[in-house]
Parts: sequence; C-alpha cells; structure tokens
Amino acid sequence: MKKDIRISCSRKNLKVVRDFVNDYLTTYDLSELQLNQIVLAVDEVVANLIIHANAEDESRSLCLSIDFANHVVDIAIEDSSPVAYRPSTFREPDLNEHVRLAKKGGVGMALVNRIMDSVEFTTSGALNICRLHKRVS
Amino acid sequence: MKITQQATDTTLTLILDGELDASSSVILDGELAKPDVLEYQKILIDCQRLNYISSAGLGVFISHLQRLQEANVKLIFFNMQEKVHNVFEILGLDALMTIVPTQAEAAAF
Repeated sequence: MKKDIRISCSRKNLKVVRDFVNDYLTTYDLSELQLNQIVLAVDEVVANLIIHANAEDESRSLCLSIDFANHVVDIAIEDSSPVAYRPSTFREPDLNEHVRLAKKGGVGMALVNRIMDSVEFTTSGALNICRLHKRVS
Repeated sequence: MKITQQATDTTLTLILDGELDASSSVILDGELAKPDVLEYQKILIDCQRLNYISSAGLGVFISHLQRLQEANVKLIFFNMQEKVHNVFEILGLDALMTIVPTQAEAAAF
C-alpha cells in the first residue's frame, strides 16, 4: 500500500524521512543490507533537495511517496524549487581526487545511482519529481 | 550522534554512537578538524554503535584523510557493522581507508 509524507526543508528532517522509509519497508522481507541501501538512496536525494535545491528554507517543503509491490520499490520525491537537479551534470567521482582536494561532498548521487535500478529527474511546470526504482530479491 | 573520546599518549579513539548524516556529520567534522588530532600516531574510529552513514559522513573522513596522512597519523576503523561497511564498499572507499574487524587489530596496526 502506497504511503506518503511531507516534510519542511530542514536537514533535521532527514532522520524523519529515514525512519518513515525504514518503517514502511520493514513490513516486507528485505535483507538488512537492501533495506539500508534504499534508506540511504532516499536520504541522499532528500538531503540534496533540502540543502542545495531549497537552501534549507524551512518555509518550503517536499513530499515523498513510497510503494512496494511485486518485489519492486518505487519512490517519488516532489519539490517546487526553482533550482532543479540536472542529471546531465553528474560525473562519476574520482575518490583519489576527492581525498587530494579534501572534498566533503560530491559522492551522494554516485551512491544513489549505484544502489537503485533507475533514477529519474523530471520537471513538470513548477514541480520537480525524482523517481527511484529498485527490484529486490 | 554521540562521540566519546579515549586518548593515550599515541592514540585517540573516537567512539561513534548513532547515525552519521548531513545533519550530524558536522559534529564529527569539528572533532577531526581540531589541531591536536595531528599530535597522535593513530586515530581509531570505533564503529560498533554507528548504525548508519550517508555520503556526508563519508565526506568527513575523505576530507581529513590527506591532512592526517601528511602528518603521519593513521586513521583506522574497527568494529564496523556490515551495513555500514557495505556503504564504504559501494563507493570503493574500503580500498582507500583502513578497516579492520577488532579493536585489538586496530591497536596493533
């Protein structure tokens, strides 16, 4: 059964989102690693939307919905930031370069792309939607 | 995230308890950024009660690794839960960081 949650754009709500996804998926028979990976992928996308797209403006919000059916997890995250993420800007991180330059960020979307089977970003009018899809065994 | 410190003359152990995400990683970053960290030979990270890590947590370790290496300070993780180790593996960080099973192995490294 599909469920959804709306949160304000505060990084304190990352824990709220992780608990929501974890609680939803715990009712299904996923391994601990699979469960943690999906929670992580959602956390990474939501963190990017809160911190980068919405500049931690708590007057803004985003909505997350999750559905599990036939061994497939589908997640949609919607926000209305004027700054939409452009997947074409993604570069696989060079970890040695990150270490050399002491970079703190820039590896989150690599995790998302490696964990999920598909990751889509679309914009429809003022609404940005990120769709995450994964088949689990 | 709660961080407890144990120090000897040569070793600083940071015991992490909780979840390391984009909100809580600021605390760990502050601890590793302190100048006296470079006075130790080893920084041991006890991950037994680290239940979750996101890219923000990984980023803290990535961003301090070169500074520690240049000061000849070893950074060693131990007691890591499988689900946390898996996140290091997905990114390939397990090849760049020193991760050992037990505190004894970390101390002997």
